[in-house]
Amino acid sequence: MKWLLVAIIVCATSIGEVLQAAGMKRHGEVHDFRPGALGRVVYTIARNWMIVLSVTMMAFSFFAFMELLSVADLSFSVPATAASYVLETLLAKWVLKEDVGVTRWIGAVLVCSGVALLSQ
Amino acid sequence: MHRTRVLKTRIMTLIVVVSQVTGDYLLTRGMHEVGSMVGKSPLAFIFALFNPWVTTGVALLITWLFCHMLLLSWADLSYVLPVTSIGYVLVALAGRFFLGEVVTWTRWSGIALIVSGVVLVGRTAPATHKPLKVEVRQ
Repeated sequence: MKWLLVAIIVCATSIGEVLQAAGMKRHGEVHDFRPGALGRVVYTIARNWMIVLSVTMMAFSFFAFMELLSVADLSFSVPATAASYVLETLLAKWVLKEDVGVTRWIGAVLVCSGVALLSQ
Repeated sequence: MHRTRVLKTRIMTLIVVVSQVTGDYLLTRGMHEVGSMVGKSPLAFIFALFNPWVTTGVALLITWLFCHMLLLSWADLSYVLPVTSIGYVLVALAGRFFLGEVVTWTRWSGIALIVSGVVLVGRTAPATHKPLKVEVRQ
């Protein structure tokens, strides 16, 4: 049960975040942080299908995470779901065409190993 | 332009990390009070939202989601992911200093690895993608 929830969370989070990044890149860089302007950002992105699908995936992942937290400790849940780092970095390179250089790969590996050690 | 972007990236990263860490903490606390949801109706989820810890946790996680989106409007996902992982370190340090938890040498080395990863990625430019070249089919 625990591991099934972990698999669901990792997949939903990765797909959700990649869609979120793609949708926000399409929206363009936000420069104005005044409340009115932020309200307009919400209005615009609420009609962007990638953002809508992304939020759906994140909500799905969120409920699965809530469920995981009710059957397992935070010290299990957080590191186990950190597997999404690897998947998301690969998707960032393949789908989002980001320039994931050597420095970022080393950084991602360091963070992953760090999370694994931290959960010991 | 570059300095402005670096500054707003740092501020937004801070908001993202703090809202996620406190949101997760409050939600965990609330969910332990509410108990397991296995086999219960969707109404049980709605009922859980009325627990004050869960309500505050959810509000903070909505803040996290929106700020994360704003950050991704200019920064790469492969930049945002490792950099926001400093949250794990904050959780461990909060456990050490506020709850008096023991941090073993294994966990300290985990903290050191995460911090070096964050510093390393934090030094790369937040955005490498070319504008409007995101290739996702409609």
